[in-house]
Amino acid sequence: MPVMRDDVVAWLERCAAVLEENRDYLTQLDAAIGDADHGANMDRGFKAFMAKLPSVADKDIGTILKTLGMTLVATVGGAGGPLYGTFFLQLGVKTANKLMLTPEDWAEALEAGINGVIARGQARPGDKTMVDALLPALEAFKEAIRNGDSFGKALQRMAEAAEQGMKATIPMVARKGRASYLGERSAGHQDPGATSSYLILKAAADTWANAT
Amino acid sequence: MKKLINDPMNVVPEALEGMAKAHPDLIKVHFNPNFVYRADAPRPGKVAVISGGGSGHEPMHVGFVGYGMLDAACPGAVFTSPTPDQMYEAAKMVHGGAGILMIVKNYAGDVMNFDMAADLLRGEGFQVESVLIADDVAVESSLYSQGRRGTGTTVLAEKILGAAAERGYDLQRLAALGRRVAENGRSMGMALTSCTVPHVGKPTFELGEDEMEIGIGIHGEPGRYREPLKKADEIVERLMEPILKDLPFKAGDRVICMVNSMGGTPLSELYIVYRKVAEICEKSGIQIVRNLVGAYITSLEMAGTSITLLRADDEMLELWDHPVKTPALRWGM
Repeated sequence: MPVMRDDVVAWLERCAAVLEENRDYLTQLDAAIGDADHGANMDRGFKAFMAKLPSVADKDIGTILKTLGMTLVATVGGAGGPLYGTFFLQLGVKTANKLMLTPEDWAEALEAGINGVIARGQARPGDKTMVDALLPALEAFKEAIRNGDSFGKALQRMAEAAEQGMKATIPMVARKGRASYLGERSAGHQDPGATSSYLILKAAADTWANAT
Repeated sequence: MKKLINDPMNVVPEALEGMAKAHPDLIKVHFNPNFVYRADAPRPGKVAVISGGGSGHEPMHVGFVGYGMLDAACPGAVFTSPTPDQMYEAAKMVHGGAGILMIVKNYAGDVMNFDMAADLLRGEGFQVESVLIADDVAVESSLYSQGRRGTGTTVLAEKILGAAAERGYDLQRLAALGRRVAENGRSMGMALTSCTVPHVGKPTFELGEDEMEIGIGIHGEPGRYREPLKKADEIVERLMEPILKDLPFKAGDRVICMVNSMGGTPLSELYIVYRKVAEICEKSGIQIVRNLVGAYITSLEMAGTSITLLRADDEMLELWDHPVKTPALRWGM
């Protein structure tokens, strides 16, 4: 089975649950190199979306994802709001009017989302941002599909690559956002944005494990 | 925490309600999303000038809404960038059909949220330009960081660009003028005490009774260095030297000078600061042709000051003198 509209809804519900569970963890990571609000901001944003979800859960996938994007933009604030808002808005643009996603649809949507994040935040790989988790994840997913892996298996590869990318931010020196003012002192800390990106992609891999 | 508030979570909306009641002739306040806009908006044929940023810096930006300055200002939570829906709705409320100019301070969150609002508006056919203020010389300019913070020059830019819009500048000409103002303004600040964000409840940083922080940011971000407290004249020298060196300001330059209170420093002390600023400028052959002394861009109740110099040409000075009527800045009418 490809990923159906209800599977997308299940993924976003899982994202909300996982971000609530990891609220304090993300905030602790952010306290070390930022302004200690990432966990609370993401949790607030996804909670606001969960309140709106019943009114769009029977719409197409694009509408659901665009609603999430607009909700995050309006409720998260700081840098996380525009970045994750853009990510989901772009996912929504690529999945407009769709009721199911093939692996090719997902690759295209994810790529558009990541390109949106890069355009919005002007971050490059190695700047110690969410891009460092997202880009390797996309590459791993595309490669797995090229190698003939199932959709579910390729999503697994995607989540593993995101985790590695997240861990790779630990020794990096931040070049974007508030952490960049710390310069060398930002090294030795895992980036909170890369961490939330991993959690969101891992939630997709877990929810869609049986997709083909 | 000792503050004159009702509820830490309601500081921003209750302050906005108070502003609306105090200045019904000048401004109106819109809630959800929050923005302050000119009572006589929209002004047909005029470029709409919009700004915004975290709350806690009052009077900037909400106090600068009115004739000759901003058409709308979008206040975020205390020290947190506003969200794009605020700028989007504010722009739609005040645009007069001649485009929208956004004045943005260089912080990652502000830049991205304003960019998103601009994208949304452009998507609906509006013409949007933005001017980025990054004038804080305390932050060494670097390709490998977010770059300089936007501080005092923002106030001067809002005055000058607001006047230009009032005089009928078109959007492109206004944006070009804005960039020229941004390029010619430099600021640096210092703190004697910390400040307390209401919903946090404890001071943003610790500063000893006999210490000061030179190069402080307007959200209490660390400055260049911390050292034992000095006399006012020596403190002014520590701020003026990097400002003058950076542009650099040269003999013969005419400047608009702002000596600003971080919120907790009284006017008498600001004049002690201005006295030394004026002396240094005189010795360097720099002519202060206009000045502002007072609390214009604050950090809640932080004690301290910031100094801004803007190298001004005839056009900027003429626009500076143009009448203005806002809650916090008024002359000529």
